[in-house]
Amino acid sequence: MKTIPVSTRVNGDSVEFLCAPEETLLDALRNRLGLTGAKEGCGSGDCGACSVLVDGRLVCACLVLAAEAEGAEIATVEGMAEGERLHPLQRHFIDSAALQCGVCTPGILVAAKALLDHNPDPSDEEVRYWLAGNLCRCTGYDKIVRAVQSAAAEMRGA
Amino acid sequence: MTRQDKITRAFKQVGTRPPRPDGIDKVTGRAMYGADMTAPGMLWGKVLRSPHAHARIRSIDTSAAEALEGVKAVVTGADFTLPEDDFYRDVAVNCMAQDAALYDGHAVAAVAAVSEAVAKAALKLIKVEYEVLPHVIDVDAAMTTGAPVVQPGRAYENVPEGMSENVTSHCEFGHGDLAAGFAKADVIVERSFRTAATHQGYIEPHACLASMGGDGRADLWCCTQGQFHVREVCAEILGMESSQLRVTASEIGGGFGGKTTVFIEPVALALSRKAGRPVKIVMKRDEVFRATGPTVHSSIDVKIGMTRDGRITAGEAHLRYSGGAFPCGTVDMGAQSAFAAYDLDAVRTFGWNAMTNRPKEAAYRAPGAPQAIYAVESVVDELCQKLGLDPLDVRILNAARKGTKSAYGPTFDEIGLLATLEAAKAHPHYTAPLGPNQGRGLSCGFWFNFGGNTCVTMNLAFDGTVTITEGNPDIGGSRASISLMAAEELGIPYDKVRTIVADTASIGHNDITDGSRVTFSVGLAAIEAARDAIAKMCARVAKIWGIDPDAVEWKDGAVHPSGPNAGKFPPMTLAEIAATSPNTGGPIAGHYEVNADGAGVSFGVHLVDVEVDPETGATKVLRYTVFQDAGKAVHPDYVEGQMQGGAVQGIGWALNEEYIYGEDGRLQNPGFLDYRVPVASDLPEIETVILEIPNPGHPYGVRGVGETPIVPPLAAISNAVSRAAGVRLTELPMSPPRILKALSAQG
Ligand code: FES
Ligand code: FES
Repeated sequence: MKTIPVSTRVNGDSVEFLCAPEETLLDALRNRLGLTGAKEGCGSGDCGACSVLVDGRLVCACLVLAAEAEGAEIATVEGMAEGERLHPLQRHFIDSAALQCGVCTPGILVAAKALLDHNPDPSDEEVRYWLAGNLCRCTGYDKIVRAVQSAAAEMRGA
Repeated sequence: MTRQDKITRAFKQVGTRPPRPDGIDKVTGRAMYGADMTAPGMLWGKVLRSPHAHARIRSIDTSAAEALEGVKAVVTGADFTLPEDDFYRDVAVNCMAQDAALYDGHAVAAVAAVSEAVAKAALKLIKVEYEVLPHVIDVDAAMTTGAPVVQPGRAYENVPEGMSENVTSHCEFGHGDLAAGFAKADVIVERSFRTAATHQGYIEPHACLASMGGDGRADLWCCTQGQFHVREVCAEILGMESSQLRVTASEIGGGFGGKTTVFIEPVALALSRKAGRPVKIVMKRDEVFRATGPTVHSSIDVKIGMTRDGRITAGEAHLRYSGGAFPCGTVDMGAQSAFAAYDLDAVRTFGWNAMTNRPKEAAYRAPGAPQAIYAVESVVDELCQKLGLDPLDVRILNAARKGTKSAYGPTFDEIGLLATLEAAKAHPHYTAPLGPNQGRGLSCGFWFNFGGNTCVTMNLAFDGTVTITEGNPDIGGSRASISLMAAEELGIPYDKVRTIVADTASIGHNDITDGSRVTFSVGLAAIEAARDAIAKMCARVAKIWGIDPDAVEWKDGAVHPSGPNAGKFPPMTLAEIAATSPNTGGPIAGHYEVNADGAGVSFGVHLVDVEVDPETGATKVLRYTVFQDAGKAVHPDYVEGQMQGGAVQGIGWALNEEYIYGEDGRLQNPGFLDYRVPVASDLPEIETVILEIPNPGHPYGVRGVGETPIVPPLAAISNAVSRAAGVRLTELPMSPPRILKALSAQG
């Protein structure tokens, strides 16, 4: 099988890897680059556990080919904190108990960050619709919505 | 455990909401879940699954797969020696079919290869010759004589002759004179109900990594609710001694009961044994749906009699459950819990399990109870409607309380049902106005709760910090709760305690994380381990001071002299005792081992408002409030989380989740797109009200809270929908087509 060389940037670092033509970005991140923060919950774009940003756009990494990452800027949950300093969303998720098992959390954090990047003051309804592509089976979403809102308030300086 | 008659202790830390210790790992992507582990030289395993609902396996030819470059091992049923014991044998046969495939998705062979792609290609080269057999999917159909037999010769002795061979067990519970009870009733309602099978729907698919050396010793890393159970089952299936297999539980991405058994773990071990290399297997989502535990599906008849003023005079239920292609005891729990919320003079429940060509049932939060209580609570609601009675008043009038002989036998101790019902009655939700096409429903819920085998060690480091070593995976914040209880008992800050989940070689046996047992049992054991360590610390200090051990006491994290003859000494703190421990007899540790009972049953009440669209049949949940007795909420955030999460799973079950089978017996919706679980935009806030009626069986009064919350939503929503639509719904899920059908049938 022919492999494809890809050079890309992940969380600000340049990265090069070889991948199979049919390989997903999710598999390349997890199995080739050791970035196992993004999870595979379904492999079909239905759960959002694999959410990452490609050039600032929120995508399901299980639906993107690894080869499409060529020249792109990828952001994953591993890049959200700056060193020891957690992103406000990460902090509020812990403080508001917005995770139980935590397997949906990386995807939800990336998705929520994408929301707040373009809408710093969403309504609860907007948060709920934006996150409708991210399944969480543990929490019933209540505390997730609250955590996103309290992080948003802090980020607005409210 | 001794009974705690009055828990009056003023807590300093228990009941607060500190950040969970595993929080940072889980928000940064650092936490390692089942699929996140790799090992040097690791192979990828894949499982071949039956496309038939029922088929005899005539032959399996693996030669072409074995010949494929990169394939290192292939296994089939022939590679497993079947355990004698029925329980283990069924698990083994479920992990790998023997002479017959019993459901669509049943594993028939597996390969290990250098990459996932090669493993996948190899599966295509395995030739299985099937003889397709007639199948049966529905429980009522399976119980009719002449139905295709899923497995012959599996009926227990208590099943009467002449029934379908699919019927494996029968049970009966209750007391009193039914006929006399019904004779006293002013109104009797009798209804039949059906509930679909649902899946736990954890977001993390099953995953494991197995490594077995040539000496027969093995390590297994997997996502599970119980590493000790995995060890025992795998050892049994692979013919190993338990001590030769070390199982480490990864972080777990949801379980809800569905990760209390094994599916791929014995297969990965067998592949690793054959290949001599580590093997990782990660299920795909369709495999999770097709081959791992859904709930039972059920068909239930309920008959209840009531007087004009709302007293229930008799209750009777007939429950027919199917736990898939194997015998299954879940119906017993349904039959026991059906009427648990009521104080009845005459009650009787009868349960039957029948095999169908579906995957083997696995536990899902309060297994068996949601279906039974749905049926009972629906009939109670209909009686209230018929008699023009307030449904909360009727439940309060009939509520089980301390001293009630429960419908399943035992007499209740302190229980929180009445307080919970009264809290619901007093809540503004209950009297809020409703609009057109809207309805309000409520239901009680119940679960037994469980204690079980538990073993905890507490080690003091020389710097005065504490490690709790326990053996139950943290499925929703239990490390935080256990640390809180240990910190409380020791009188040291929460952040000086670290709770870790140990592998099977590092601590004694702990039962599975199930039965809502962890905060109760592991918490109890952590408190007792702390007390053990405290006793040792007291003895050390008494020795240093040269006084009698009875002349010291533990207070606020330090040993103090106590009593008139103790003398005057400055208190010695835990940190000081730990620091000097090398000179006073060596390291200090506390232990506790127990098979805990006294878990204390759990009750909850849910209130829900819905709006039903008469054009589309779609139901929108408008408002939802959960009331539940937690005994003592150790970390209220995670208690609320259990209540909210369970309620939402119940909402999914009530409104749209179901296993849909085609005529061919194949599962038609094995993915999250077609098996739709609730998403954020489907839901309102889930309000929670925690009641605290201390459980006398726990030193701090704790009761398990994790399972009860999935029980009431089914009936609460069905009652709300029935009231909104003006027609009684009797089948779950209440998907839009079903509601439309009910509306049009009513005209
Ligand atoms: S794994 Fe990509 S959406 Fe589920
Ligand atoms: S916290 Fe478990 S799936 Fe969201």
